[in-house]
Amino acid sequence: MFDAAICVCFLVFGIQAIRAKQLISSVLWLAGVSALLSIILYRLGAYQAAVIELSVGAGLVTVLFVFAISIAGDETQAYPRLIPLGFAAILAFVLIVVLAWFILPVELEPTTATEPQLGVLLYQQRGLDLVVQLVLIFAGTLGLLGLLAEASAPLQYPAAREVAAARQRDLEAMTKQSLGEEAR
Amino acid sequence: MELNLLGVSVFGVLGLIGVGFYGLLVCRNLIKVVIALQILVKAALLALALAGRASGQINLAQSLVITVIVADTIVAVIGMALAVQVRRLLGTLDVGALANLRG
Repeated sequence: MFDAAICVCFLVFGIQAIRAKQLISSVLWLAGVSALLSIILYRLGAYQAAVIELSVGAGLVTVLFVFAISIAGDETQAYPRLIPLGFAAILAFVLIVVLAWFILPVELEPTTATEPQLGVLLYQQRGLDLVVQLVLIFAGTLGLLGLLAEASAPLQYPAAREVAAARQRDLEAMTKQSLGEEAR
Repeated sequence: MELNLLGVSVFGVLGLIGVGFYGLLVCRNLIKVVIALQILVKAALLALALAGRASGQINLAQSLVITVIVADTIVAVIGMALAVQVRRLLGTLDVGALANLRG
């Protein structure tokens, strides 16, 4: 019963993270998803992963999101949708059905051999993963520098101005064309 | 009891993958797209832990989950840096505005 309640909350928080109008609300719902995920991981026996998910997923990532939103600002305006909502929902439902077709039913396999400790697995058997993680953390540091980088004045909105100028040129050309047709 | 936990978690994984995929299709705000991606990855994390539990290799699953958490965090940081820079350059967070970028 407790597991079912946690999983339902898990889903509701995920849906709310997508539905929320304000970005900051979305991020807080996402932090809730991370916290509930760490509870489920703990219940599944993945204790260390649960602790890391709680500290990194619900803590660090949330702080970074709030920081990014404070820099970029919250846009609540609705953009025109590329895909109709109903069609997107149908696609998501089809994905769920296909995944369920492959996954279900879940069966417990009997454990035959004793499993090595997490430290042995992580540092000795999967040492290459650690190297890749170090490279990723380096890339993340560069990304964070990009997040913190200040744009200088000449760089501010150049592409936006260019797009606006191109639209103005197109508009003027269309106006001239229509005036020419009227004069004939 | 054990099967109940696994069954309920599978339900959560499937639902959350659907929600994340729907969010990726529907959202046009760059930061919202990163949030949808995070939701998808969280479903994948739970699926990994679930597979480890079902096959009796929970420590192997934990090592994979930790790797994915690190990669996921970096993806979020890079995505947010991209969103902030797009906002500074174009004045909007709309994904469609990226079509106006030229090298």
